Amino acid sequence: MASGIRDKVAILGMGCTKFGERWESSAQNLMVEAFEECIKDAGIEKKEIQAAYLGTHFDEVNVSKAATPLSLTLRLPFIPVTRTENFCATATEAFRAACYAVASGAYDIVLALGVEKLKDTGYGGLPDINSVDSFMTGSNSTAPGGFAQLATAYSRVWGLPMDKIKDAIAHVSAKSHANGALNPKAHLRKVISEEQIKAAPMIAYPLGLFDCCGVSDGSAAAIVTTPEIAKSLKPNQDLIKVKSIQVIASSGEEQGFNTWDGAHFATARVCADKVYGEAGIKDPRNEISMSEVHDCFSITEFVTVEDLGLSPKGGAYEDVMSGRFDLNGESPCQVDGGLKCFGHPIGASGLRMIYAMYEQLLDRVPEERKVKNARLGLTHNLGGTPAWNVCAVSVIGRD
Amino acid sequence: MIGICSYSGYIPRYRLNRKLIFGAMGWMNPATIGNARGEKAVANFDEDSITLAVSAGRAALKDVDPATVEVLYFASTTLPYKERLNAGIMGPAIGLKDQVRAADFTASLKCGTTALLAALDGVKDGDSKKVLVASADCRLGKPGSPQEMIFGDAAAAVVVGGENVVAEFKGSYSVTYDFGDHFRGANSKYDNQWEDRWIRDLGLDQFIPEAVTGLLEKTGLQITDFSKVIYPCIYPAARKGIAKKLGITPEMDQDNLQMEVGESGTPHSLVMLAKALEDANPGDKLMVISFGSGCDALCFEVTEQIGKLNNRNALSTALAEKAELDNYNKMLVWRDIMPADFGKRKEVDHWTRFSAMWRNRKLMLALEGGKCSKCGTAQMPAQDICVNPECDASHTQEPYSFAGKTGHVLSFTGDNLAASVNPPAIYGQIEFEGGGKFMFDFTDCSLDDVVTEMPVKMSFRRKYYDEKRDISGYFWKAVPVKEGK
Repeated sequence: MASGIRDKVAILGMGCTKFGERWESSAQNLMVEAFEECIKDAGIEKKEIQAAYLGTHFDEVNVSKAATPLSLTLRLPFIPVTRTENFCATATEAFRAACYAVASGAYDIVLALGVEKLKDTGYGGLPDINSVDSFMTGSNSTAPGGFAQLATAYSRVWGLPMDKIKDAIAHVSAKSHANGALNPKAHLRKVISEEQIKAAPMIAYPLGLFDCCGVSDGSAAAIVTTPEIAKSLKPNQDLIKVKSIQVIASSGEEQGFNTWDGAHFATARVCADKVYGEAGIKDPRNEISMSEVHDCFSITEFVTVEDLGLSPKGGAYEDVMSGRFDLNGESPCQVDGGLKCFGHPIGASGLRMIYAMYEQLLDRVPEERKVKNARLGLTHNLGGTPAWNVCAVSVIGRD
Repeated sequence: MIGICSYSGYIPRYRLNRKLIFGAMGWMNPATIGNARGEKAVANFDEDSITLAVSAGRAALKDVDPATVEVLYFASTTLPYKERLNAGIMGPAIGLKDQVRAADFTASLKCGTTALLAALDGVKDGDSKKVLVASADCRLGKPGSPQEMIFGDAAAAVVVGGENVVAEFKGSYSVTYDFGDHFRGANSKYDNQWEDRWIRDLGLDQFIPEAVTGLLEKTGLQITDFSKVIYPCIYPAARKGIAKKLGITPEMDQDNLQMEVGESGTPHSLVMLAKALEDANPGDKLMVISFGSGCDALCFEVTEQIGKLNNRNALSTALAEKAELDNYNKMLVWRDIMPADFGKRKEVDHWTRFSAMWRNRKLMLALEGGKCSKCGTAQMPAQDICVNPECDASHTQEPYSFAGKTGHVLSFTGDNLAASVNPPAIYGQIEFEGGGKFMFDFTDCSLDDVVTEMPVKMSFRRKYYDEKRDISGYFWKAVPVKEGK
């Protein structure tokens, strides 16, 4: 009987680049930047890394396929290196693979590194990912349009008027901007008011410009090991252990079968249940100290807090408007500014989120953006569209 | 008895007031003020002759079992493909079986009636097999030209057979001349024409009477036997002259829809015929004349059967379901007359993979998904394993078409980021009555028209145009149906 990986893996070190329009930096430069911080934090030498996983998504505009972009860039000394790719869960997948490699006993010290260089396309938004099938029969759609439909569907299902949804998602973005403004590694560092958010140009109804996350370059990395090794290497530091990581992919039921209402993520609900089971969390609404929810768009965060059990079903509006997810609220969300302010270099985001939890759990952040008494941090990725996607959720914690 | 078993006309949704054209381009050619009255029908950005004819063809088959159609003729001078049978693209979209004889008729504005005559030649009294003739054109005049104002986009379709005939075919008479009134070379985008006076005085004023007289002699009928005489001619003075010469009274003169649609080219006689048939009574005789490199003249007599048609007024319905195109430049951009900046995203190159398209032809052209023979779940696309998680059966999908199904809007958006020639790109999730769900582009609507749960009908449209390789690709879109329609 599988027992999961709860408390079998510890994070030895992490690194995260400044996210943003890194016109002067290649993907390779970014990988080195994240890795240098990570290995310094881990306090080990490169030759002690026994295996590595690279997360990167858009090989078309980025670093090309396979493991070699990482092994060649870091000059890893002939060790096993594997590329993971799973839409927006790509970096979390690299982290999961690294954790599984340690938990299985195959290796003691493993690197997970995610990177994405998005700002070489020449246009805003994400590059097109039309497959042969979607080219023939897919809509002329973009990421914001796919997620924007959550709003019209949510309005239909819960009877919440569109103007109230617009109010709530404006609060979601304003909160993230307030947090991002405090974070030197964030891409977008301006405080934006709810009025400005609601008055912004429409991207995909009802999402305006500030309902959409940034498009950025960035990289983040983690070195994981066993709790025993971590304790021996860092006897004077809190142990940050992995409580659970789960990834769930759509079966196609949501898109093709008539039970899905278009207003929630079926994958996220299953994924959350599995994560809480593995991590032994009974009451996520009150047990999770803080979260990084995949806020590619404000409406995604709004809907997802319900799917993750951080809000009751149909209760997101009340929780959002009451400030529950604000930095000083009961359940701070996007404590570093989120995708909203970091932007979303696909292959790096999951690890960037874990980095945000990690630095909070180790009390490494300045007072102004500190989450008090943080013990459990949740990260969530959602890749694809509401109708078919992959969802990743992880929980890390301090003993 | 052989003749017409059903008919339809289709006019695209948008109408451009000709005064807008004159306002934009009249400075170049002030004489076009003479044509600056009424509206012209403008195909939507995702319509072309194929899709217009599919819309007309599907409407004409509401009263005829598509399985009985064994021949499909498509008539147009604006064929999207010179090589690749245009009618071959249309057949599955109209709902026809693969076992049909299909051909494109082209190169003359009279080829619509020529296709109809070929169809009539191919059926016998009592025959249960049917021939579908569909015709459409989207002819372009250069900005500032008279043709730009005169032309309009339209389609018509006629089903011909030997039983359940609503208008009996009584005879025809044809003349063919190499008459270069209008011409386009193999690579011309825009219409060219010779002098109006010559077209009028030598062409229309001589060929039409010649064809009419020939038909009357052949059938032994008098012009006064006809309740309607149907012929395209955009010159009001010439119409008067022809009417006087032939004895066509104002009551007999079928309106040419110049104020509502414009001169639609190949389908025009059949569009006018559809209008005449909507208003006709049993016993009425109709004469249909086409004009283009000569004339065809055809005689029909309406039967009692016409009262049994359920879908008699498709043309009038399409005429009524109009929306104003309030911007002349939109037409120029939609027709790729004026270059516009669609953004870098539009420059991303996508290949049309014909081998993949072949495998998916039923889905793409006929909007065919599957229905599970075990659990009965309708689904799209049809995959090897049933989408119903409780069923999960393998290899149980039976063909199931969504083309005629009503859907409802589950969710939607209007996307300004997507590269579109008609932003915002409106699309959303559609749930079909009877089961099945898919995300479709929406068309023939504005974002303000759309609300969740509203019904949609499906329409065959041009999905993309690949300029680099001159490829038109097709799929289905959802058309929101407003309340009261």
